[in-house]
Amino acid sequence: MSWGLEGPVSTHVPVLRIGDVLLVTLQGELHDKAAEQLQQDIGEAVAGSSAGAVVIDVSGVEIVDSFLGRVFAEIAANAKLLAAATVVAGMRPAVAITLVELGLTLPGLRTALDVQEALRMLAPPSSPLSPGQGRQENA
Amino acid sequence: MTETSGRVAACLPIRSDTDLAWVRQHVRQAAAEVGFGLVEQTKLITAASELARNTLVHGGGGQVESVFLDRGHARGLRLTFTDEGPGIPDVERALTDGYTSGAGLGLGLGGARRLVHEFSIDTSPGHGTSVTVVCWVGVPPRPREEAR
Repeated sequence: MSWGLEGPVSTHVPVLRIGDVLLVTLQGELHDKAAEQLQQDIGEAVAGSSAGAVVIDVSGVEIVDSFLGRVFAEIAANAKLLAAATVVAGMRPAVAITLVELGLTLPGLRTALDVQEALRMLAPPSSPLSPGQGRQENA
Repeated sequence: MTETSGRVAACLPIRSDTDLAWVRQHVRQAAAEVGFGLVEQTKLITAASELARNTLVHGGGGQVESVFLDRGHARGLRLTFTDEGPGIPDVERALTDGYTSGAGLGLGLGGARRLVHEFSIDTSPGHGTSVTVVCWVGVPPRPREEAR
């Protein structure tokens, strides 16, 4: 059986900074080594930029196995120790169903339906009418 | 019982993490060809990824063979992961969630079993391991009998 010449690509995943947030967008196949590299890159980016949050956009990821799930959990744990919150955004329903059946529910991981929602969750509480009385979202 | 006929789709090596990605890609294409829906495809690819990683990490590398199955009106896909590694001394224990001999979460075998319709292991210490999984199109998930 042939499936063309182009193999699964393993590229360096870019970490973008948007204000106080580091945005990481994952696409398609992620090799184990690329995932581990990402973990290291995010740790360094958080420490070096004093970013307060990391958003991992997984809407382009078709498969999350226990290895990649563990990488997400470890990224979040690392970031937390570096005083940053992590939100995994845009998980596909089929991936969520599979992870639960696999037994990997990632209880410590914050999630959002998409990046916009994630950014809203992470935005500092600001209410022009009652300064200082903003809603505290998950300390 | 209707006779099951099979046609080998591919036999792929599992020697590196690049091969793991190839296995996932192949299973994705084969599963789509058989006619699995999106959720079933995702489950099967994920199970394949877990098992291929076991073959690589615990078995020291090996191969996977995929076979298109035809049983009357039912179509399916069978994947057999084979290694020549140390084998699994206690299969029941290896299937228990949380048990791991490596650095993983210990969800690989038991988790993969939950994602497929049929699951079997042939292993003995010193003689390698062969794990076979089968998924059928349109068959509801197996009941959760293992409430351990």
